[in-house]
Amino acid sequence: MKKRYATPAFLAAGVALSLGLSACGGGGGGETKNDSGSAAGSQEAQANAGLESVVNPSDKKGGTLKMAITEAWDSIDPGDTYYGLSWNFSRIYGRPLVTYKPAPGQGGRELVPDLAESLGKSSDDGKTWTYKLRQGVKFEDGTPITSKDVKYAVLRQLDKDTFVNGPTYFNDWLDLPKDFKSVYKTPDVNTDSAIETPDDQTIVFHLKKAFSGFDNFAALPATVPVPKDKDTGIKYRQHPVASGPYMFEKVEEGKQYTLVRNPNWDQATDPIRKALPDRYEVSLGVEANDLDNRIVAGDLHVDLAGTGVQAAAVGTIQADPQLKNRTDNPTGSRTWYISILGDNPPLDNVDCRKAIIYGADRVGLQNAYGGQLAGEIATGLMPPSIGGWKKLDLYPTATGDVEKAKAALQACGKPEGFETVMTFRSDRPKEQAAAESLQQALAKVGIKLTLKGFPTSEYFSSYAGKPAYTKANNIGLATNGWSADWNTGFGFMSQIVDSRVVRAAGNYNLSVRSDEIDSLIDQANSEQDKSKSDAIWGQIDQKVMEGAYVLPEVWSKGLLLRGKGLTNVFVSGAWDMYDYLNMGVE
Amino acid sequence: MVSYIIRRLIAAVLMLVVVSIVTFSIFFVIPRLAGVTTIDFASRYVGSKGASAETVAAIADKLGFNDPLVVQYGRWIKGIVLGAEYDTGASVEHCPAPCLGYSFITKTPVWPELLDRLPVTVSLAIGASIIWLIAGVATGVVSALRRGSFFDRAAMGVALAGVSLPIFFTGIICLVFFSYRFGITAPGGSYTAITENPGEWAYDLILPWITLAFLYAASYARLTRAGMLETMGEDYIRTARAKGLPESKVIVKHGLRGALTPILTIFGLDLGLLLGGAVLTESTFSLPGLGKYAVQAIQSNDLPKIMGVVLLVTLFVVLANLIVDLLYAVVDPRVRLG
Repeated sequence: MKKRYATPAFLAAGVALSLGLSACGGGGGGETKNDSGSAAGSQEAQANAGLESVVNPSDKKGGTLKMAITEAWDSIDPGDTYYGLSWNFSRIYGRPLVTYKPAPGQGGRELVPDLAESLGKSSDDGKTWTYKLRQGVKFEDGTPITSKDVKYAVLRQLDKDTFVNGPTYFNDWLDLPKDFKSVYKTPDVNTDSAIETPDDQTIVFHLKKAFSGFDNFAALPATVPVPKDKDTGIKYRQHPVASGPYMFEKVEEGKQYTLVRNPNWDQATDPIRKALPDRYEVSLGVEANDLDNRIVAGDLHVDLAGTGVQAAAVGTIQADPQLKNRTDNPTGSRTWYISILGDNPPLDNVDCRKAIIYGADRVGLQNAYGGQLAGEIATGLMPPSIGGWKKLDLYPTATGDVEKAKAALQACGKPEGFETVMTFRSDRPKEQAAAESLQQALAKVGIKLTLKGFPTSEYFSSYAGKPAYTKANNIGLATNGWSADWNTGFGFMSQIVDSRVVRAAGNYNLSVRSDEIDSLIDQANSEQDKSKSDAIWGQIDQKVMEGAYVLPEVWSKGLLLRGKGLTNVFVSGAWDMYDYLNMGVE
Repeated sequence: MVSYIIRRLIAAVLMLVVVSIVTFSIFFVIPRLAGVTTIDFASRYVGSKGASAETVAAIADKLGFNDPLVVQYGRWIKGIVLGAEYDTGASVEHCPAPCLGYSFITKTPVWPELLDRLPVTVSLAIGASIIWLIAGVATGVVSALRRGSFFDRAAMGVALAGVSLPIFFTGIICLVFFSYRFGITAPGGSYTAITENPGEWAYDLILPWITLAFLYAASYARLTRAGMLETMGEDYIRTARAKGLPESKVIVKHGLRGALTPILTIFGLDLGLLLGGAVLTESTFSLPGLGKYAVQAIQSNDLPKIMGVVLLVTLFVVLANLIVDLLYAVVDPRVRLG
C-alpha cells in the first residue's frame, strides 16, 4: 500500500520562520481539549495521547470537517485505489464487507463486520468464504444493496487494463473461469466458480487455494458495492455511488471533493460509524508547508496524507509545548531498506552480504531519513506493527562494526573488500543521503560502492526491479521501501520475500531467494490459526535477516498534528495514521 | 495592418506546430532514443504493486505506445483538430476537438481541465499585472524625475528586494501574517469565481496579486526609471520644453510614451507566460490554476497534461506578443506596421 509523501519544501528557512510566526499567532487560544472532551482549562491532551486513547471524544453532530492533501491520490473509486489514506477515507462513503475497528492503537487492527453481518465463515479448508449482508442497507439513491452489487464491484476491478491502480489480490486468488476477461469484455461468462450469490444477502468467494486471512481481502475497498447500472468504467471515479453515511456532492479532480450526508444511510444498519460532521471538504493540491500552517492556525483539521508534517514544521513544533501537545508520532507499517542482490558475486555469498550489514552506519541511515522522529532504526524487515513481529538482535544497530564486517569479508574470501553498485531514486533526497551514508561507512571496511540514481517512475520497471539490468550492471544494493497493505505478515511480506514470482521487469524483490522462506510462506498462508500464522511470519523475518538478504534502515515514523477543534482523534493501528471514520468537529 | 495581422497569425500557427513537434519529441522521441521502452512508458500508468508483465504490455498496447512515433504524433494532432475517442472500460468516451490529449492517470480529457483552470490563472495574472504596471511604472517615473532623491534611493532599494525575494518566500510570509495571524486576507487555497461573487473573488486574490505584483513591479520600476532617464535626455524633450509645453505634458506625452516601448515588450512576454501559469504563485497559494496544474502533471509524469499546458503557454505567449506589436503603433508614433 502506498503512502502519499509531499514534495520537498521550497525554502526551509522561510518556511520555518513562517511556521514560527504562525505558531505565535495561533497557539495560545486554549482550545485544546482533554481526553474526556471537556472544555479548555482542564488537563490538556499530551503529545502521543492519540496513540493509545481517543483525544477529545464526542458525539456532537454538525459542522464541516476540512481535510487537505498536497496532491490528489490515485482515485476515489473504491475499486481503483492503492493508498492507505484512501482505504481509510473511502469508508465514509463506501462500506466494504468488513473493516478495521475504529479504535486507537492495536485495537484498530481488529477486523469487524461492516456491510456484512459477521466476519467471513470459511469452509473447504479455507478455500471458500461466505458472508451474509446486513438487511436494510441502501445506496445513496435508495436502491437496496444486494450481494450482487458486491460481486459486481469485485469483478469489475479485476480489469486491470481499466482499473490500473488497485491491488491484484482478487485477481491472484479467486478461482476465476479461464474465459473470463472482465465484466466489460466478457459480460456473459459465468463467474460462479469464483463468486456465488445464492440470494440477495449472501456472497460466497471461492479461492484457488486455501487462505486463512481472507477477511483482510474482504476489508479491501474493492468489496464496496457498486450498482452495475451506474458503473461508468474509469469515469465512475467522477461520482462513486455511496453506501456509507456520506455521498459526493462535488468532485473536482485535482481541486476539491465535497461530501454531504447520504439521506439513505441508516444508523441502525451501521454499528461502527458515528457520522458526526454534516459535511466534508477535501482540498487537493495544497502547498505542503501552507497545509501545515493552516492546521497550526486552525483553518484546516486534517492532513489527509497521514504521513506527518513537513521537515520545516518539525523543529517549530518541538520548540512549542502547546503545539507539541497536539502531536502524535506513530511508527508506521513501512520499512525503508536496502535489498542486497545475490545475483552478482561476491554477494552470492552470505558472509559478503553480512559484511555490508555489519559495516553500515545505522544511525547515519536513520539521520538520512530524518532522524528519530522520522524513523526508528529497523532490526528486521518486518515493522513492529505487523502481527508476529518480534525484536531481532542479529546485527549491531549503532554506527557500524568494522571488526565484524572485516571478519565477515575474511569469511567470504574477500578480505580486501570488493566493489559493487548501489541504486536509489534520484528524486528522493533521503534515499540519496542514505546511499551516501552507506557509501562512506562501507568504504571504511574496503567495500567500494558506486551510486546510481534513477527516477522513481522507472526505478523498478527499468532498473532496480529488472533482473536483466541488475545482472548486467553489477547492481549489488538497491534502495527499497515497502508498506503493509494490512498489518499482517501476509499483508506486509508476501510481495517482498517470495522468490517464486520473478518477472522480466517491475520486481520489488530480487534479493530474498530462499526455498526455505518460500516454504514457510505457504505454511503461513494455509495456517488457519492466526497466532500460529503470525508466528511463522515472524520466523520468516528472522530467516530474511539470517540470510542477510536485506539491510533494514528504518521503520518510518511521522509527526502527525491534531487539528484544532477536532473530536475523536486517534491513531489507528490499521493505518498508522488518524482514523477518519468517526472524526467530528466542535 | 490587416495583412500584418494575418501574417502574424499564420506565423503563430506555424510556431504552434513547431512547438508541438518539439514537445512531442522531448517526451516521446528522446526517451526512446535513450533506450526507454514502450513497457517503461506504460509502467508509469500502472499504479498497482506487482502488476503483471502482461497487464503492463496490454496497457502499452491500449495507449498506443507500440505504434510508430509518427503515427502517435499524427494521432495527437488529429485529436487536436478532429477530436479522439478513448476506451473507458464500460464505454468509449469521445474527446471533442481540440482534444489536447487524455490523461490516463486521472482519466480525464486535458482540454476541459485546462479551460477549468484557466479562469484562476487569468484572474491572477490580470489582477497582478494591473497592480504591477501601475505601481512599477509610476514608481519608475517618479524615481527618474527625482533622481538621487531619498524617494529614488528608497524605491530602488525596495525594487531590488522585490526582484531578489522569491515568491515562495514572500508568499508564505504574507500568508502567515495577513491570513493566519491577522486574519485580514483569505487563507491559501481560496478562490471564488468572479461570476459567483466578485467581492469574494477580489478578497481571495488580493494577497496573491500583491505578492506577485511586488515581484514584477520591482523590475518594471527599474526598467521605467532607466527608460525615462534616457528619454528625458532626448532632443525632442528639449524641443517640447522649448515650445513651452507644460512639464506634465512633456513627461507623460513625450517622455513616458517613449519609455513605454521596452516596457510594453517585456509586459507582453510576462503576461503571456503568466497566463500559461504562474507556477510558483499558484503553488505557494495553492491556487488551482494552470501553473499548479502543470506542477501536478509533472509530478505525476502525466505527459498529455504537460504537453497540453506547453501548447497553451505557447499560444498565450504568441498572442500576447502579437497584441504588443499592435500596441507599439499606438504607443510610439515612430512605429508603423505593414
